[in-house]
Amino acid sequence: MPGLPDAATCYELLARMALIRRFEEEAGRQYQRAKAGGFLHLAIGEEATIVGTTSVMREEDFLIGTYRTHGHAIARGTDPNKVMAELFGRVDGTSGGRGGSMHIFDAERRFMGGYGIVGGNLPIAAGLALASQYKGEDAVTVCMFGDGASNAGNFGETMNLAALWALPVLFLVENNLYGMGTSIERHSAQTDLSKKAEGYGVPGTRIDGMDVIAVREAVAEGLRAAREEDRPTLIEVVTYRYRGHSAADPEVYREREEVEEWREKDPIESFGRRCVEAGVLGEREVGQAREAAEGTVRAAVEFADASPEPALDTMYESLYALTDYPGGWYAVDERSPEPHRGEQEADMPARARELAEAGAAYAEVEEEGERPNPALEGDAQDHTASRTGPDPADRGEEPARARETDAGEERED
Amino acid sequence: MAELRMREALRDAMAEEMRRDESVFVMGEDVGVFRGAFKVTDGLLDEFGERRVRDTPISENTIVGAGVGAAMNGLRPIVELMTVNFSLLALDQIINHAAAIPYMFNGQAKVPMVIRMPGGGGHQLGPTHSHSFEALYLQVPGLLVACPSTPGDAKGLLKSAIRDDNPVVFIEHESLYGVKGEVDDGEELVPFGEARVRREGSDVTIVGILKMANVAMEAAETLAREHGVEAEVIDPRTLRPLDLDTILASVAKTNHAVIVEEGWPHGGVGANLSALITEQAFDDLDAPPQRVTGADVHMPYSKRLEQAAIPHQEHIVSAALATLEGAMA
Repeated sequence: MPGLPDAATCYELLARMALIRRFEEEAGRQYQRAKAGGFLHLAIGEEATIVGTTSVMREEDFLIGTYRTHGHAIARGTDPNKVMAELFGRVDGTSGGRGGSMHIFDAERRFMGGYGIVGGNLPIAAGLALASQYKGEDAVTVCMFGDGASNAGNFGETMNLAALWALPVLFLVENNLYGMGTSIERHSAQTDLSKKAEGYGVPGTRIDGMDVIAVREAVAEGLRAAREEDRPTLIEVVTYRYRGHSAADPEVYREREEVEEWREKDPIESFGRRCVEAGVLGEREVGQAREAAEGTVRAAVEFADASPEPALDTMYESLYALTDYPGGWYAVDERSPEPHRGEQEADMPARARELAEAGAAYAEVEEEGERPNPALEGDAQDHTASRTGPDPADRGEEPARARETDAGEERED
Repeated sequence: MAELRMREALRDAMAEEMRRDESVFVMGEDVGVFRGAFKVTDGLLDEFGERRVRDTPISENTIVGAGVGAAMNGLRPIVELMTVNFSLLALDQIINHAAAIPYMFNGQAKVPMVIRMPGGGGHQLGPTHSHSFEALYLQVPGLLVACPSTPGDAKGLLKSAIRDDNPVVFIEHESLYGVKGEVDDGEELVPFGEARVRREGSDVTIVGILKMANVAMEAAETLAREHGVEAEVIDPRTLRPLDLDTILASVAKTNHAVIVEEGWPHGGVGANLSALITEQAFDDLDAPPQRVTGADVHMPYSKRLEQAAIPHQEHIVSAALATLEGAMA
């Protein structure tokens, strides 16, 4: 077992993992309360994978991930307030409420995005790395994706391109053993994912993703190979998510005992214990690292709650990077305040605003906490009773409303 | 001014922009050593070397995606897809990523890239190599769509596309690569969103794109010579943004509209323009707009069938006369 770094680093690793854990728990709770909408993919259990990786990246390095990346952004230094505000769909969110949980982005911290399409981030990672190399910069791109994405065509295409062009990129597959609800034995002929890119010229290693130090050391070596030798490698990090694929996952595909077994290896508990046993941190510091997260996350919820809804007249902002030209119509849509011409022009902006207001009013129709789930319309199932993981009610909070599960989910890693 | 073939004009546009801006580079299947499947990138590898003219594997989605990533990290990639048909393999990166990223990340990232792709029928390439997907790309918010019909416009539009900060789908027509035309030597940019009136006329407005703009010109001459009808021919040059003002002004003058494209009829460029003209200039119209499109089939290989599936000037003349007769009825 690799040795521990100094006390300050250990504290930081622990605090960062604890923050992500607490943030994700709270995000799940806010989803239950319907403050956060859409799909919500939590990384609880995968904190060591995330923090181990980012803790050895340089500021100039790029990180690009999947739709399970609240924690990745926070690990890169993105303000948790802004991540929570994005989940709430508010103007102060990382994407101003345009992207939602699956599309967190922070250009300043070189967190180049959460992406909702499985495997969609792989080619983009190759391009980010290509540009760094082209410009003669030292930055490495770290591309994280799930076990399910290793079956997408982009995986093979990107591995080939990265090796062929000797790009400064590090691939990290977060193998949490399930592509949505399909176990790895049922979705991948090669279950040792570290071998899956060897034929393309990208060698791999397999790492215990519950051990933050093991992840850290493997990633440091991968970064070095990419930075110093333009040699892309693949790290398979074996990890586990305690919660379902998304917050609306009935988890019919695995046993509660399996989840409990993995909880025994909890990355935060085990690392805290190890730090204490090695005498690097005291019990009190370990407690502190975890308690600090509580206030940060409470503040994030308050911040998100106070942040305004996006104004309707910003609907079309950032669709295009506007220059002197092109002229003409970028968009033709009666909800746009701009494009109407001819005899309607005089009336359109006011009318367009009225219609936009009328449309937006539907956001208020569904009472908070009682939003119907389109995937289950007319379906009486309610799988919430079988959900594993801590129920907010267990923590002495008010009972969560039964937000129904989402049988018609999208595919996943 | 020089007389150049369209493929030469396009190459010159790329070469000039690459000389001007180090961040511009070209990548695609067989663009380097092979000099391009249609020889559009001829000479670029010799001048700029392998760093800036990159042969890629046959991995359309990843080539475009790598372009997206490179564009997000400060470069201006020109990605050549060998044909429009192959762009279907890259739709995820074009639509879910290139077009969406600036919006879904709230302007934090730009995707200044050009995706060039030739399409169209006429060479007996059959059902999988002859598509016209202008309408498909026209539908996507976040993309700009260019479709030049002359070498001069091709050069000026491509230079504009390379300098633009948005992702541009740049559609070329295979049958036009060898067509010659006057091309400016210098820094003549053709702005997006500015249609070109290729022929003035007072009786009927004919809007044509790509090769069909040229066929519309032939039809206009026939209409004048044989029917005493003066057609105004407009090439929009870009479909997003669309210079509807020029088209509407023409319809206000002629009171009749014909739209010509090579693509499929349902949900096509003509369907869209016809709806816009009808919505915006209903009172100017003396008769319903007429659409001339490719046949609603997968492009057949047989030369006879293929030619029968592609619009020719006879179709346009017939449609123009029909809309004029519709007005008289």
